[in-house]
Amino acid sequence: MTVLTTSSRAPDEAALRTIAAKLRGRVIEMAHAAQAAHLASALSCCDILAAAYWYALRIDPKRPDDPLRDRFILSKGHAATALYAALAFRGFFDPAELDTYCRNGGRLAEHPPAHGLPGVEAATGSLGHGLPMGAGMALAARINSQAYRVFAVLSDGECNEGSVWEAAMFAAAQRLANLCVVVDYNKWQATARSNETLALAPLRDKWAAFGWNAHEIDGHDVGALAQSLAAIPACGEGRPVALIAHTVKGKGVSFMEDDNNWHYRAPTADEVRKAHEELGLA
Amino acid sequence: MRNEFADELTRLADTDPRLVMLSGDIGNRLFDTFRARHPSRFFNCGVAEQNMMGVAAGMALSGLRPVAYTITPFVTTRCLEQIRVDVCYHEAPVIIVAVGAGLAYAALGPTHHACEDIAFLRSLPGMVVCCPGDAWEVRAALRAALQQDRPVYIRMGKKGEPIIHPGIPAAFAFGRAITMREGDEVCLISTGNILPEVLHAADELARHGHSVRVLSMHTVKPLDTLALADAFRTCRVVATAEEHSPIGGMGAAVAEWMADSGTPVPRGGFLRFHTGDAFFRQSGEQDFAREQLGLAGHQIAERVEVALHGKAAG
Repeated sequence: MTVLTTSSRAPDEAALRTIAAKLRGRVIEMAHAAQAAHLASALSCCDILAAAYWYALRIDPKRPDDPLRDRFILSKGHAATALYAALAFRGFFDPAELDTYCRNGGRLAEHPPAHGLPGVEAATGSLGHGLPMGAGMALAARINSQAYRVFAVLSDGECNEGSVWEAAMFAAAQRLANLCVVVDYNKWQATARSNETLALAPLRDKWAAFGWNAHEIDGHDVGALAQSLAAIPACGEGRPVALIAHTVKGKGVSFMEDDNNWHYRAPTADEVRKAHEELGLA
Repeated sequence: MRNEFADELTRLADTDPRLVMLSGDIGNRLFDTFRARHPSRFFNCGVAEQNMMGVAAGMALSGLRPVAYTITPFVTTRCLEQIRVDVCYHEAPVIIVAVGAGLAYAALGPTHHACEDIAFLRSLPGMVVCCPGDAWEVRAALRAALQQDRPVYIRMGKKGEPIIHPGIPAAFAFGRAITMREGDEVCLISTGNILPEVLHAADELARHGHSVRVLSMHTVKPLDTLALADAFRTCRVVATAEEHSPIGGMGAAVAEWMADSGTPVPRGGFLRFHTGDAFFRQSGEQDFAREQLGLAGHQIAERVEVALHGKAAG
């Protein structure tokens, strides 16, 4: 079995930023074409995806079922467009298929499906499921004597779910050092400020109190994200890592940033053009 | 059934390195041998069933064969969404094992009764629902579950139930009922831990000169429709018995099959013995609860006898 290796080079931050901008541009096109919701949630995690898929993850798009691959679970499944764009651009499937997002009979549903789409490790969309499944995968690595890491990206709203905290305690008890959570902390959930809905703050302290090595990080700093994600060990016992990634909902487009109307709104053709100009894609 | 489950699981784990045991903080001492023999494959997941089921799904998607085990309501309805999404939607080969199903934990009160679980689990796509009738059927069900690549729900009683089979039932297979008694006048169809009562009823009816067939319909999904078709074709009275609600259980599954297949009600009638559509609110042991609900063997026999005579007189 070939061991998949991560890059030993330092991350090329300019290249990662360009990739993130391309992801955002494609995500905005898909939201427009399908007139689908959750655009702002997808935009807030594009830098995390760029850092993971183009630097940290030990993956081979030609062998999506390799038992030794790192697992990446987008637990905030409503940001599926960002995952689809990342998987397609990274080579898991033809980027032309992104045009079929939400089309009848296609594979790219509004939330990531189980089976049938290479690179999707878990069907998500119902919040609070990705981390328990990821913990199971991380523990399976130890049982099977395999060296791989498991990454789960959660939304801050998702941290309302009790199952997240059940899994947090379990992962700490099992000392799953090969498990990493990234909370895309964009300060909004579907209809309100996340900290006005349930008392999430202090979020880093909560994860730390649950037994995790918890760090705050700029969720749009691709270089810091890339290095933090790459540093997760593939085996051994220790505290799992939680990265509380401070992000901006709708990041990258001035008229979408921190405006929660874009949780549900889909852009017009004119707004797509303006957004692409801001992202330097026009 | 419980102790035999733990013993069989330990034996299977000796030869199948994929088998992993997840417990929801129950079974004090029950898994001591398993833990001693396979310390790296036993996990007490605590009182956190949603996480336990998600962990099980993640393990199953990574090539393992996890068994997720705790008291029936907590390993079924408490984490039903995890079973639906993480296990069934992903077609993850998780083996869900419930203890204390039906009225087995009658004394613990309605929080611990489980008379709706078959309905919930049976409605989930891809799920096998198996309710063993005795400890040997538990062992056989576990072995069968490891032979397939799909989710399985095994619904056990507690400990100390009568042992009925002389050993592992030969040719045990999911979806194939076991004929416990041959007969052509009455067919009693049992699922799960009520099997001893059903056999008691059959003995009583036989003493009264009736020819009674008894099926252990250990698998509610998929149903053994061949055995059903033969029973409904041959017998004057067909009756189902289960420690479960009339809604969505084995009796309901048989009624659905009758409607879908256009099978008429037998001449003497189609009877369903169940726990009713109500919480059982009295304190007391399982035998007491069965008596109160008309599920004791002699009560089953009496109702069947009435059906036989009622139709015969008309």
